[in-house]
Amino acid sequence: MSALGLVVAELPALPLHTAGKYVAAAYIVLFLVVLIYVAIMGIRLSHLERDLGELLSLTASSPEEEHPAEPAPDTGVGAAEQQSDAQRESAPA
Amino acid sequence: METSSRVPARPLQYGRGLRPLSIATVVAFAASLSLVFFYAPLEAEQGFLQKIFYVHVPLAIVALCGFVLGGLLAIQHLRTRDPRWDMRSYVVIHMSLIFALATLITGSIWAKGSWGHWWVWSEPTLVSFLIIFLLYATYQPLRFAIEDPERQARYASVFAITAGAFVPLNYVAVNLSTAYLHPRVFGSTSNLPASMSFTLLVSLVAMALLFATLCKFELTAKHARSQMRALRRRLAGESLDAPRGRSAAPAIPHATASGAGRVVAAPTAGRAVL
Repeated sequence: MSALGLVVAELPALPLHTAGKYVAAAYIVLFLVVLIYVAIMGIRLSHLERDLGELLSLTASSPEEEHPAEPAPDTGVGAAEQQSDAQRESAPA
Repeated sequence: METSSRVPARPLQYGRGLRPLSIATVVAFAASLSLVFFYAPLEAEQGFLQKIFYVHVPLAIVALCGFVLGGLLAIQHLRTRDPRWDMRSYVVIHMSLIFALATLITGSIWAKGSWGHWWVWSEPTLVSFLIIFLLYATYQPLRFAIEDPERQARYASVFAITAGAFVPLNYVAVNLSTAYLHPRVFGSTSNLPASMSFTLLVSLVAMALLFATLCKFELTAKHARSQMRALRRRLAGESLDAPRGRSAAPAIPHATASGAGRVVAAPTAGRAVL
């Protein structure tokens, strides 16, 4: 008998008589809630992975000459504008 | 769609601490289940059926505390106008609603085993919890009904505060009721032995950790998705000011390295912040 089998043999038997099905149902509900959530997260993760793949293909098919780096879009305030300005100024003509 | 909301200067990392939190949750749940089935004694009257309480009661407590926490986070949102607090309030209430649904289901299962009925309308505890659940079930439709993100966040915060204040008031009202049948776990009528109290406490900690972990997962996933959408728009050269689709989910702000940020439209539901 394996070590796990010995441990299980030492554990007290659960009184799974008439109430057993209700207790099992309640714990299965909790398990299902977590399981459904994990499944939803898995679907979201697969979407994220697909989006990431599309972005990678987009960057691979669009060399920098075709889409030159644009300044930070419109109303970037404060440090963002200063940073983009600094980048433009430091770029070679 | 630019907003006047203050956006945090430092980059957000919702995923920070997620791994230790997840491990702690798994360990706590393993300990909780072991204690429930192999340590806590059988209750004299209900016998094995009483084991449902170790999942039902922590679910209810965490759900109710989550609703109150959602209200507190909404107060913080109204005080600071920082959309991060609105996002946290939204996620906490969303998760509490799921926990409340699980509470209702496990409670009904216990009622069927103990009373022979799935639901007893004359029991104030059950009905009051159902009222709270139905109240918060209107939270998502309320958000979805308002298109403007600023107004949506503000109205949702007011709702969360009002409903959050209703939860403890409701608890007090039910406790003042004398004609209850529902067993009291905490309070003067409680006489749980130490082994049962300890098991219940560990179960409560495990459930609270599960709640925190799921909330953190949700925040991290939403943040990652909004960042992905923002990156897609930037790479595609699309305008960041295009009108957004209607969505119940609030914007997730994240700051760039430079510290500037704003809410922009997302291609479908939801928004991204650059």
